[in-house]
Amino acid sequence: MSVAFVRTAPEADLAPPTISRGVVGWVRENLFSSWASAATTLLLLALGAWLLPPLVAWATVNAVWSAPDGALCRSHQDGACWAFIAQKWEYLRYASYPEGAHWRVDVTEFVGLALIVWLLWPRAPRKGLGSALFFLAFPIMAFVLLRGLPILGLEAVETQDWGGLLVSLLAALVGIVFSLPLGVLLALGRRSTMPAVKAACITYIEAVRGVPFITVLYMANNLLPLFVPDQWTPDRFLRPLVGTALFSAAYLAEEVRGGLQALPRGQYEAATALDLRYWRMMGFVILPQALTLTIPGIVNNFIGLFKDTTLVAIVGMVDFLGAMDNAFKDPNWSGPTILATGYGFAGIFYYIVCAAMARYARNMERRLAAGRTR
Amino acid sequence: MSGLDDSAPPAIDFVDVHKWFGAFHALKNINFSIRRGERVVVCGPSGSGKSTLIRCVNRLEEHERGVIRVNGYELTNTSRSVDHIRRDVGMVFQSFNLFPHLTVLENCTLAPIWVKRLPKAEAEATAMKLLTRVRIPEQAHKYPAQLSGGQQQRVAIARALCMGPSIMLFDEPTSALDPEMVREVLDAMTELAREGMTMMVVTHEMGFAREIADRVVFMDSGEIVEINAPGPFFSAPKHERTKAFLSQILRH
Repeated sequence: MSVAFVRTAPEADLAPPTISRGVVGWVRENLFSSWASAATTLLLLALGAWLLPPLVAWATVNAVWSAPDGALCRSHQDGACWAFIAQKWEYLRYASYPEGAHWRVDVTEFVGLALIVWLLWPRAPRKGLGSALFFLAFPIMAFVLLRGLPILGLEAVETQDWGGLLVSLLAALVGIVFSLPLGVLLALGRRSTMPAVKAACITYIEAVRGVPFITVLYMANNLLPLFVPDQWTPDRFLRPLVGTALFSAAYLAEEVRGGLQALPRGQYEAATALDLRYWRMMGFVILPQALTLTIPGIVNNFIGLFKDTTLVAIVGMVDFLGAMDNAFKDPNWSGPTILATGYGFAGIFYYIVCAAMARYARNMERRLAAGRTR
Repeated sequence: MSGLDDSAPPAIDFVDVHKWFGAFHALKNINFSIRRGERVVVCGPSGSGKSTLIRCVNRLEEHERGVIRVNGYELTNTSRSVDHIRRDVGMVFQSFNLFPHLTVLENCTLAPIWVKRLPKAEAEATAMKLLTRVRIPEQAHKYPAQLSGGQQQRVAIARALCMGPSIMLFDEPTSALDPEMVREVLDAMTELAREGMTMMVVTHEMGFAREIADRVVFMDSGEIVEINAPGPFFSAPKHERTKAFLSQILRH
């Protein structure tokens, strides 16, 4: 063969080898690619076969689905006592909120949920109107409905009577809505060229990150009232909310700062050369990219925040988990299966909410990335 | 030379300009001016200060001594002066620096809409006209990552032109491109030059300099070593350092 080569006919495109495709190919590649992997697969299958059937039977066929009190559950110790959840559902949702006013909680939750779906649904129309309703009209409506307004014939309900699912959802929502913008501002401040702003932001972030969340809640609850005049003392429910938002903001600030630092300097320079001033450069060029980069971290924080709302219990608020704990104290429903059922149910509830957030974030990342790459 | 206007103040005027990075003296006593409609190519070895010089014109870098005037307007620390000059000076970067989260059209209309306060429809019409001029109107609704390097750089040129600048700065616009894409970007720049745009171009494309430049500036270690029209500059360089530089880059 000579050193020179000239192609005379084009090479044909061939289909990939069949071994790498189809169910068999997938199983071979993912479950049995090596001896170690095959052994792990078999071990996990065996573990599943050993654990799952009894668990499923406990939760379904052996469970007590309805009963007037705990007697039936006490006699069925090999199954969950879902009757307990059914019986206490009302209490888990509203706790001590006055019974005649439950509809006010229902309406608030429904409207809030509808607005959130509107804002998060990728193809929903009129997002501007949706945000206006959610960020301006909804808080006023929720306040009037939940707190009550005697002029409108809505009897007043003090926040110490609020409880259950309502408190969990409210704490998470308020925490998320306030901590993100605050976190973004702190992140921008930390990178500011103004020394005073920068120092203040660093001090705040480092101080908050150096303190346990429970301490922040105790401080918000017990110390905040000491710093302000009596008539301005913040509401009992407001105090942990403020604490949650301020705490979460410090962590979010660090996530966002990571995103800001990941952007190439050229993005700042191009925006500067186009005479986009600071806030426009941040708003249109830098933050959209930085926040997209930090979605995993931000959602991670939101998930943490949602779970941390259970800690408001330690300053006397009755959240969903707190309501569950109170429900356990009912002597009519004492029994060996009650705790497992109750905590199992609470676990499933928190899992569903957190998994939904994670799932939504993953979809959003994929959608945002799709437009930008080939 | 025809088309150059000597009666008006110079487009860019450098008077005794100095700049330091820490203790490093990056620009040393720069004195020269660019007339309206003039095309000046700045060349020199890497680290010679040519990029720093061009970046001083729109305040991406701050000069520490001396005076820079753009169209007779002095560049000072006040944001008024900086804004005034940035609106009159467009810039194209080596690494394109398009905004990846915006479409090509949005890249081109962002600043006109938010800085110049043009109505959206008007900004888009201008952008489409300029995208047509750099021959990529069909890419207007794609994202930068979907374009080739040459196409991205032409978008960057269109984006800068959308602000209606009277001066264009090019900082090594073809250095990050694959060889087969250099031509299309240089063609867009040549066309711009033919239309009479004042241009300051940092580049290693000596063919482009020979063809388009009115003058070539050679810089080395922060100072201007030689300025001449491209003909004599390439055929009869005077300074030893210029000769050494040219012999190195023109050998192949």
